[in-house]
Order: sequence, then structure tokens, then C-alpha cells
Amino acid sequence: MGASGNSRDYLDVVLAAPVTVPYVRYSTRSAHWFVAQALSRLLKQSGLKKSEVDGLSLGSFTLAPDTAIGVTQHLGITVRWLDHVPLGGASGIVALRRALRAVQAGDAEVVACIGADTNHVDSFRQALGSFSVFARDAVFPYGSGGPNASFAFLTSYYMRMYGATREDFGKLCVAQRDNALGYEHALFKKKLTLEDYLGARLIADPIRLFDCVMPCAGAEAFLVMTRQRAQALGLPYVTVRSTSERHNAFPDDPIQTRGGWVLDREHLYGAAGVEPTDIGFVETYDDYPVMSIIQIEDLGFCGKGEGPEFIRRHSFTTEGSFPINTSGGQLSVGQAGCAAGFLGLVEAIRQLTDRNLARAVPGARFGLAVGFGMITYDRGLSSGAAILGRADA
Amino acid sequence: MIPPLSRPKRKNPLLRTRLPLLPPGARSRAALGLTAAAALGRFELQVCGHCGTVQYPPREACHRCLSDKLRWREQSGLGELLSTTAVHLSQDLFFRERVPWSLGLVRLDAGPTVVAHLHGGCAPAPCRVRIGARLDKSGQGVLLAFPPDEVLNMADDRQLREMTCDPKFRKVLVTDGKTAVGQAVVRAVIAAGADLVWVGHAEPWKRLPGFAELASLPQVAPLALDLTDSGSVKQMAGEMGGKVDILINTAEVHRAHGIASRSGVDAARAEMDTNYFGLLRLAQEFGPAMRARGADGESSATAWVNVLSIYALSNFPPHGTFSASKAAALSLSQCLRAEMRSGGVRVINVFPGPIDEEWNQMLPPPKLTPEALANAVVKALQEGIEDVYPGDVAQEWLARWQESPKTLEREVSA
Repeated sequence: MGASGNSRDYLDVVLAAPVTVPYVRYSTRSAHWFVAQALSRLLKQSGLKKSEVDGLSLGSFTLAPDTAIGVTQHLGITVRWLDHVPLGGASGIVALRRALRAVQAGDAEVVACIGADTNHVDSFRQALGSFSVFARDAVFPYGSGGPNASFAFLTSYYMRMYGATREDFGKLCVAQRDNALGYEHALFKKKLTLEDYLGARLIADPIRLFDCVMPCAGAEAFLVMTRQRAQALGLPYVTVRSTSERHNAFPDDPIQTRGGWVLDREHLYGAAGVEPTDIGFVETYDDYPVMSIIQIEDLGFCGKGEGPEFIRRHSFTTEGSFPINTSGGQLSVGQAGCAAGFLGLVEAIRQLTDRNLARAVPGARFGLAVGFGMITYDRGLSSGAAILGRADA
Repeated sequence: MIPPLSRPKRKNPLLRTRLPLLPPGARSRAALGLTAAAALGRFELQVCGHCGTVQYPPREACHRCLSDKLRWREQSGLGELLSTTAVHLSQDLFFRERVPWSLGLVRLDAGPTVVAHLHGGCAPAPCRVRIGARLDKSGQGVLLAFPPDEVLNMADDRQLREMTCDPKFRKVLVTDGKTAVGQAVVRAVIAAGADLVWVGHAEPWKRLPGFAELASLPQVAPLALDLTDSGSVKQMAGEMGGKVDILINTAEVHRAHGIASRSGVDAARAEMDTNYFGLLRLAQEFGPAMRARGADGESSATAWVNVLSIYALSNFPPHGTFSASKAAALSLSQCLRAEMRSGGVRVINVFPGPIDEEWNQMLPPPKLTPEALANAVVKALQEGIEDVYPGDVAQEWLARWQESPKTLEREVSA
């Protein structure tokens, strides 16, 4: 596995029109409805006509038997560039990377990147056993605890190896809930105390209720276009300073304590021309709090194993030190399938264009959004990251 | 530290009998290699024939060199317990009734990391463990992490007991207690802790050697049961079919003939009437009741054992009609296995070589003693093995048959 090469910059392409289709715990609608709502909101916010969107990138797990192509006819859109990215928590970053290049190369002028999933009362249970061949053969027959059991292994191991405590994880969850209290679309609107967190119902030892995300239905989306086009439309936009993507990194590690970011962070910061200290806020992929710590370490904010000490030094709230998941993250907003992979990107675009729905991070010029996902057997296979900047940064 | 199993309380007749559920049983074709080995009591993983890499989960190609020359090879199972969890919330109905359910993540010395059911005797992580394969209630191979050395009450572990058919505190029916094999099986399951053993005898007025002594054991209840009589089987199933936890079919008619050495079909019909139709009658009358009791508390119905013959695999011409009746019984037993699976009741087939008894008088040693056969049956129950080939002759026939059924046919007919 080599380090990332010298890929071309993204100076001439930008992200605009961050939209969220409000989350609900369960929906009787299909994923197509959430895609339609997202597209409609993108058009409304940008002032573009449907015919002016000539590229579509879709991340979804619940469209079956459709994929992105079925959606084009369903919604009556004609595009010249189409992508389907069912990569869960990595879909947002991967969709972004591909769309940026398509616009840069002139294969499309405006790409709608949409992460959308529905959640029926029984869909989570049904999804578990059919998520992957390895899950069906070698995980699901063992207690059928789903990702909770898989991340319980990683959490327990991390605690033993690096001295993290339940209180450390709890501090992250409590801070994120505090951030969520300012965000209208968060499903969790009640203040969380450390006592609530520590005393919550046991799910898969050491994981308790507030370590887990709530599966729900919803959508997140944004547009990728040239800087020139965004300016002509009068749309606030953010620039993309650099991105990274890595799949199945470190396959020989006996258990996951790191992700592909370790291979790519040098390029990520180098290409962006920024240091970790320039980053105003981080949108981690917080499917479980242990993953937030691993991302903070692997993306260079502290060394491997220094996460627990780092947590004890920072407050993580929007106005505090080292703000993370400024709208509350999945742990407080909810996990709407593949939309969870877009949540951090959409929130980062809002923060850096002053279109906040959540509380603003004072003085942030750069934000880091992280993607992580696809635990097909014993570890998350896909990791990605993007450093976004203000239009004038 | 595993608490010893205590005798289950008497069932409250007012409570509804819990319906049997199965753990998730869907597998890819590649993964069934684990099941095939576990059915024989072995833990095997895919090993690359080109580069020697051991891999898990099972795949269609070697993840190192992409060769498709993958062979299932027996493993020591030794490894390091990296991490553990206990699932308290499960999305599956089977596990939902059985939480908390302990799991371990184990790095095998051979390379792969495996998710395994965790035996209660394992020390906290990190520690050494031994991975073994067992069939779970769905009949599929699964991995278990055991302590590397035997611990007290090892077999009594709650999770392990869901994957084995240990006779301890269970009620057993042995269909024919008049033969040496039947009597040895009765004594062996009593030694293994069976609570009660019903022992069938077809014609109670015939006083055959050893039966009176056997019947005097406190755990034994003699039972008039004639497998050639549909009425007898139906009556007994009606009386105690809903109480049998383990059924061991030892009834057998064995005559040493081929085709030309005897005229008429009377002997062959007698063999078929007990060895094949007897099994069919038993299966029709006792099968549904046992299947419905697959999750009936701690001593649920758990196993059905058929004593077949290694000659079921390939005809042994000097005992040609007997071989044919056992081949028929094997085929029927596969049908029974498929039908009993929904209740989580395991069907165990035992394939002995020649047993040291009167009908094998003219065959040279080695011959299997009835006691050795009985011990193999108990071991299969305790370890959850599905296909048992006890003794040297059976093992040799199996190896030859697996290598080439045609070669074996020509060899034994020479």
C-alpha cells in the first residue's frame, strides 16, 4: 500500500447548497421519496432547473431493487453522468471525490450528490443478515448483535490497550448532545448527562445505549459545480482543499485500532497546504465514540494511544476547544443509512458558508469531514476524509 | 468456572411449551466446508494449495495469491483471545431468548482473526484459547473458543450445551435392548448421566441373555416396542413420544447373504422391515413430537441416532441384502435430518464396520466391540458430531470411499 500520489488540486470546483431532509425514526416512504425531497430542496436552494443538473451521485442502501439508474426515470431527470455509491459511512466522501473530478473534467456541469435512506420498522433487522457474505457466514450466526457486537470488540480492546475509560467516551457523547441541542433536525433533543450515559442500558458489553446511533430515515445532499457557476448563481460555496479515500487498509492487523487515514494524512494536509492546527472543527464519523478517537489519532491531532489524554484536555463543544460534530453527529442526530456519510460534509458546508442551522464555530476557516464505513466482517473497510475551506480562505 | 448442571425441575404442565427457534442458518457455498468438517467433529479452514495461506472467513480465492486451489485442512485452533463481548440486545429471535450471549474475537496462530462463541471457562482477554468447530442448532458449522485445557464441568457450559446433545439429565429411548449393541448403548448413556432410559424389546416373552439384568438398573424402564408393527410404534409414541429427549435406534436385522446364496425374498424383506420400514415407522410417530420439543427447557428433545453400517456407503456383496437395507436407511435418514432441522433436533448417523457379534462370525478381525460402538455414540452426542465412523474398518472404508467410490466398489467385489 503506497502513500497517496500527487493528485491534482480542486481549485476550480466548489460545493454549494447544503440540504437536509429532516430525519424521522421510521418512515412508511421509500428511499425514492427521500431522494426526491433532497433533489427538490437542492433545486430550490440553488435556483437551478431540474434540466440544469446533469450529473447524479447517489448513496443509498434501501433503494433495492433499484439503483441510481432507476431513480433517473422515477424522478424524470436526464443526466450525462451517473454514479451509485452504496458505501455507507464512506459514501459522502467517495461521492464527493468522483463528482469533483467529473466537473473538473467537463463530464458534467452540476452534480447532485445525495445520500438518502428510508427506515421501516423491520428494515434494520432485515439488513443485518444480508449486509455482506462475510457477515452472513461468519458474524450474524454469532449472537446476531449487528454492528454493536463488532464495535464492542474494538471498544473493549482499545480501552485495554490505551487506558480509555467509559467516562472518556461519555465526554464525547455528552459534548455532541450539547451541540445537537442547537440543531433543529437532531432526533435527540434532550440534554444528556454523564450519569445518563454511564448508567444506560447494556447493549453489548462495554457498549451501552448512548454509544449507539439510532437508525432512522432521512437524506443529506449538496451540489458540486465550478466556482464560476456558483458565483454566477450567487450561491455561497466552500472550496475543497484536499481529499483522501482508502479501502481495506492494514488487512494484517489482528484487530482494528487504525484506519486508512494513517496512510493518507501526509498527502491530505500537504495537498491542502494546512496543518492540523489550522482546522477549526472536525466532523468525525461517529458511529461509535471509539471511532471518533481513532480518527482524531489517525488524522494527526494526537499520537496513537494518546486519544484518552486528548479527550481529557478538550471540551469538544461548538464554542469550546476542538469542536467536533457541531450539529451533534450521528450519535445525536440519528443515522439515516448512507446519509450518515454525508452528514458531516453538509454540516461543514453550512459552517463555512455561514448558513448555520446549528451553532457556529467562531472563526473557523477550515473544517475536516471524515468518512468511515462498511464493516463487512470484523472491521470497517472504507475510510476517507476531506478538508474544506471558506471561499476566501 | 462453570457451575455444574443441576437436574432440571419438572416441567410445569400449565405453561406453554416454547416453540423451537434456530440461529441464522444461511451460508454461502464456500462456507459450508466448515459445516462439512464440523459434522465429523473436526475444525478445518481453507488452506491455499499454492502459497499455504490459511484464511477465514471462507472465500472463492486465496486472499494472498488469488489461487483457487483452496483445500479444507484440519487446524489446531490455538490462538489468542483479543477481545470479548456479551450481546445483551439481539435482532434474532433465537438469540433474543438466550441473551446475554458471550462472544470472543480470536487471532489464530495460523493467521486469521475469527469471531467465535465464547466458552465460559475462558479467562478474560488477553489469554490463550483453542478454537473448535461445532454444529449449532441450525445444523451449520460455527466456531467456539474453548479454554486451552480441560476445566471443571466443561460440558455444562450453557452456550456449549446449545450445540451438543449431552445425555446428562436427559431421557433416552433405546429402541432394541436385546442385542449386545443395544445393551452396551443403554449402559453407556447411563454412565454419561442419562436420567431415564426406556429400553425397547420386541417380543417380551423371549428371554434373551442380559436383558433381565439390564432391566433391573434403576434408570431403566423396559418397553414393549416392535418396529415391524405399526400399531406397536404408534401406541408407544402416544404414551411417551412427548418425553423422549434422545432416541437411539439400535434395532436391526442382519443376515449374511448375497443374492444367489439364497432363494426368495423373506430374509431380505425381514431386513428391510426393521432396518428401513422400522426407521420410517419410528420417524413418522416419534419425529413430529420430538421436533416440536426442540426448545423445551434445559432438557429439550435434542438428538436422534441411527445405527447404520459402513456397508451403507458401498455394497458388501457377502452381506448384500443387509447392505441394501442400510443404504435405504441412510437415504431415509438424510430425509429425516432435513425434516428434524426446523426443530433443532440433530440426526446422528453411525456407520460401524463389522461388529463382533454372531452375524459377523465368519468375518476376520478387526471387529468393533459393542462397547466401543456405544462409546462412539455417547461421544457423538456429547460433542455434537453428526456423522460417526467408529473403528478402524469404518475409517478405512470411509477414506477409500471418499477417495473413489468406484475403486472401493471394485475392491470389495473382487
